[in-house]
Amino acid sequence: MAAGRARGEKYSVLLPTYNERENLPLIVWLLVRSFRESGSHFEIIIIDDGSPDGTQEVAEQLEKIYGSDKILLRPRAKKLGLGTAYIHGMQHATGNFIIIMDADLSHHPKFIPEFIRKQKEGNFDIVSGTRYKGNGGVYGWDLKRKIISRGANFITQVLLRPGASDLTGSFRLYRKEVLQKLMEKCVSKGYVFQMEMIVRARQLGYTIGEVPISFVDRVYGESKLGGNEIVSFLKGLLTLFATT
Amino acid sequence: MTKLMQWLFVLALLGTAWATLALGPLGHHLPLPCQQVLHPFPAYLLVAAGCYSLATVGYRLATFNDCEAAAQELQEQIKEARMDLWRRGLKF
Ligand SMILES: Nc1nc2c(ncn2[C@@H]2O[C@H](COP(=O)(O)OP(=O)(O)OP(=O)(O)O)[C@@H](O)[C@H]2O)c(=O)[nH]1
Ligand SMILES: [Mg+2]
Repeated sequence: MAAGRARGEKYSVLLPTYNERENLPLIVWLLVRSFRESGSHFEIIIIDDGSPDGTQEVAEQLEKIYGSDKILLRPRAKKLGLGTAYIHGMQHATGNFIIIMDADLSHHPKFIPEFIRKQKEGNFDIVSGTRYKGNGGVYGWDLKRKIISRGANFITQVLLRPGASDLTGSFRLYRKEVLQKLMEKCVSKGYVFQMEMIVRARQLGYTIGEVPISFVDRVYGESKLGGNEIVSFLKGLLTLFATT
Repeated sequence: MTKLMQWLFVLALLGTAWATLALGPLGHHLPLPCQQVLHPFPAYLLVAAGCYSLATVGYRLATFNDCEAAAQELQEQIKEARMDLWRRGLKF
């Protein structure tokens, strides 16, 4: 059971939050349960960007409940975006592996033991969750969103041949030094950022394993990345196409 | 070499091969049926690529898993989590 502990492996989960008051306690509870069951050594780093809904206050309660060795609060004063939230969180991570996931319950912690198993199985540098393979899938998407997602994924596969099936997902496990290196190299924003991470990882010769995940669209709270998603996605895709 | 360069390289290769065969002096030595097939070849290729893309995306769309069970399981777990957290003194 404690194979991970014996080898000195520790997993740092980065949870960026913005207005996730409802979701944060639930995701933390599920994470703790999943890690306790698998017996892995872990810490959860919550990076809240001054959410007006009081996410930080809930985070403080969770820190008291689970202990400040398990729940680390690394808030920032204002909304500075996801990319820098990961960098900020990573600087405080003490694990040798880092797991990045959304705090909105669309990424279920039950897959983390599978990520860990996969990583060990192939000694991978990165393990990426995928909605597009095997038992992977989505819940709560209408036909339009599915078409866009499948279409965008197809075009990306054709143009970039990235060697991973889910480029825009953000549920992944990285070796810490690999994530550090990738963060230095990647400049894109939003969905394109996740895509660039995989493309650069391939360029640098890192290995990538994949685990099918079910993505359940957020139950609580508002969608934050809206607006001109498609246009900025295409722009980013073409930029990567021309430069990598 | 960037992905764009790779694409241009392959397209240029195919393009020159087609041009020399279909339009160049070499083409006149080929039998007439061959020439007739060769001429609209780029158009065929384009249509075939289009069909392939549509079919692939269509198939993947139709086989995109709906994770009904996962959503239900999550709802159950949310209830369980709320109860346990409430017992531990969390004020939502
Ligand atoms: N710290 C921080 N977290 C953020 C910021 N923007 C989004 N997040 C968090 O990042 C995660 C992903 O953001 P989402 O809004 O769920 O983005 P999405 O999954 O593309 O969109 P929806 O799920 O449809 O809303 C969530 O946990 C958010 O709370 C930010 O600027 N700062
Ligand atoms: Mg989300």
